Amino acid sequence: MSTVQEIITGFGPLTMDSLIPVLQDVQKEYGFLSGESMEEISAIIGAPVSRVYGVATFYKQFRFAPLEEHVIQVCRGTACHVRGSLAIAEHLQRRLKLNKDGNSQDGKFSVLTVACLGACSIAPVIKLDGEFYGHLTTQKLDALLDQIGQTGKVGGEA
Amino acid sequence: MKTNQLVTPCCSQCWHTAANPCRQLIACISEGPLCHKDDKCRTLRADRLSAARRGGEGDLLFIGTGTCGLANGASRIMRQIRLFFETTRIPASIIEVGCVGYCQREVFIDLLSGTAPRLSYCDVTPENINELLEELYVKGNLKNRFLLGRWDDADGTLSEIPLLKDTPFFKRQCKVVLENCGRIDPASLDAALAMGAFKAATRAIQTMTPAEVCDTVLESGLRGRGGAGFLTGQKWRVAHDTVSAEKYVICNADEGDPGAFMDRAVLEGDPFRVLEGLIIAAYAIGASKGYIYCRAEYPLAIERLRTAISQCMEAGLLGHNILDSLFSFEVTIKQGAGAFVCGEETAILASIEGGRGMPRPRPPFPAVKGLHGKPTVLNNVETLANVPMVVERGAAWFKGLAAGASAGTKVFALSGSIRNTGLVEVPIGIPLREIIFDIGGGALPGHRIKAVQMGGPSGGCIPEKEMDVSVDYAPLQQLGAIMGSGGMVVMDECACMVDVAKFFMEFIRNESCGKCSPCREGTTRMYEILSNLTEKPVGDELRRLERYRGILHLEELAQTVKETSLCGLGQTAANPVLSTLRFFRDEYEAHIFENRCPAGACKGLKTFSIDTALCIGCTVCKKKCPNNAIIGERKQAHYILADICIGCGACAESCPQKAIFEFIPGSQEKELQETTSA
Repeated sequence: MSTVQEIITGFGPLTMDSLIPVLQDVQKEYGFLSGESMEEISAIIGAPVSRVYGVATFYKQFRFAPLEEHVIQVCRGTACHVRGSLAIAEHLQRRLKLNKDGNSQDGKFSVLTVACLGACSIAPVIKLDGEFYGHLTTQKLDALLDQIGQTGKVGGEA
Repeated sequence: MKTNQLVTPCCSQCWHTAANPCRQLIACISEGPLCHKDDKCRTLRADRLSAARRGGEGDLLFIGTGTCGLANGASRIMRQIRLFFETTRIPASIIEVGCVGYCQREVFIDLLSGTAPRLSYCDVTPENINELLEELYVKGNLKNRFLLGRWDDADGTLSEIPLLKDTPFFKRQCKVVLENCGRIDPASLDAALAMGAFKAATRAIQTMTPAEVCDTVLESGLRGRGGAGFLTGQKWRVAHDTVSAEKYVICNADEGDPGAFMDRAVLEGDPFRVLEGLIIAAYAIGASKGYIYCRAEYPLAIERLRTAISQCMEAGLLGHNILDSLFSFEVTIKQGAGAFVCGEETAILASIEGGRGMPRPRPPFPAVKGLHGKPTVLNNVETLANVPMVVERGAAWFKGLAAGASAGTKVFALSGSIRNTGLVEVPIGIPLREIIFDIGGGALPGHRIKAVQMGGPSGGCIPEKEMDVSVDYAPLQQLGAIMGSGGMVVMDECACMVDVAKFFMEFIRNESCGKCSPCREGTTRMYEILSNLTEKPVGDELRRLERYRGILHLEELAQTVKETSLCGLGQTAANPVLSTLRFFRDEYEAHIFENRCPAGACKGLKTFSIDTALCIGCTVCKKKCPNNAIIGERKQAHYILADICIGCGACAESCPQKAIFEFIPGSQEKELQETTSA
């Protein structure tokens, strides 16, 4: 795993312009932004920590808690809403017992709600470990989660 | 197939490289070689072009692997096809293409075999792909149940199969921006060049002055497709006229409107068209640096853009001294970080500069003072994708496309409760009804369309009775909706309009950047008011009173937010509320006065009822009820007083007879029907 320093070196001379890309890359590497990494970035970039933290908290993409093994993105766009995505989100909340960071009680899942995944034509949709699953129902979702519970991964048919 | 074949020198006499560019690079592809005479080179070039036009050699299978295709299992299908080809030793290649627009029937697989027309098969799933392969390769049955149509005439055979553009979904459409989407390999510059890409850019750069380009675009009447609908040419003109050593162009691909996905489809399906548009824009205003600000939620679009940019750099279509014109231009991709407000142009600038994406007051407009204080033109993906055609075919042609007062076509993303979901590109000005019913196929079986939500959180709902409106900037505005970025979410009788307004208000409340108070506080308050409406008025008098009083002020509050917010997003934030109030006031009234949700969608209004035939009068529920809402004598059927019931469900849980069921007032009939039919 590269250190924050190493990630930043890849950017060449740093300006404020690179702050968001740096934060994105650090998050990509670690799964989230820790307090220490933000302090480190602020020291290197020469901006106050408050500024770095302010930018990071402004954007939905940035997380401040580690990601669990499986990541579920729930789309809450209009089309998904009309087709019942609230029920999907609530079902996940209940079944996985999510905490305020969106991590499940069993420490296996992270659930993120996304404004729109842009796959409205197959609403309601979630993205599970990078793969889209459309036309979802709570039953289909349960089947998916059961499969992960049993085999540790999803494969084959959804 | 190797990439960039078409721009590879044909022989030693052909000398161009990216560092040492040739003015005739693009013309040479179809007419070359122009600088020397050699029949061998001519044949070589013609062969390369026809191979690129075809997509490759031998049997080709084109698979729609845009986001919607992938979501329907395209990658699994591809694995199965590869396996099939390996075991049967059939020499065919697979080409990944973008989305053809008919998302409902993804996955699409096109077969191009020999000189026959390219045939399009749809509704393919990982479960039935083997059936299709068997039909095609074992039985040799081209006209099987998956067949939708053929793309072209090719050698004139199979003319009994309908042309794709004559099938119902595509018939009313007019593809300009989406012309190549789902047709060509988006990861291949050759494929784009073979379809005529970069001819327009060459023409603009080599034969027109920047001012002429601005004028052509202005004359064409092309308006911003991202929502505001500002005249693109005018924006360019202002930036062109502003004197500055440095200028920027930015492609706004931060498609944040929920329900809109046309920019994603264009970027995934034909990224070169957008790049070409950006190059022309840069030339027109005199910019040497461009950004594409793309949502991080679109990883595939970003990947395709990266590939496209690097291929263009390699071919000398981007970079230093493009086509020996002394015009230099480079493009950087900036990934958005998930903020809806960054669709606003001044917020994008703040975000690219590395700050919080907060809008600032205009003027000064970005075209005068934008990124780093320099003149900057921001255009939406679809706007830029229109530019090459405008330059190539002229302003008059572009104007002639439309059916109304405005010019050109518009791509809409059809989704929600409609038969055919997908992307449709239609002439601006055709009636909305045609899009929804003729192309979209109308409501889902057994349902009735109630309204169409256009323009996302900044737009409004158009009720069914107003659907003859022509889809153009002005008529839509009169109805309180906007053209917007092109999201069309269709709603049937199951959608509650109060709930929809609440949904958007929740969205805007979460996404408001917080800079100006009308938007920050106003949307929160509107959300609270709507939220109260969708819940039962239980508790003390004060809360009941608040529920009534809130609705009295909702309209005024919405108007205030509209008039006093800083940026476009705040100013339009109230539109969903205003438009639903305008057309669906009866639904609001049912919520307030009758605590009833006519669509049966508002769970907060849920109440319980006792099946008197099953009730044995054990009084368990009566004792459990925290609000004394259940009445009835021992050994007699009990009743729930809907007015007092708070919907906690304690009674239903405790009933030994399972005689208590929940329902949402207004949806009674529906539930009864469901139970009887079941």
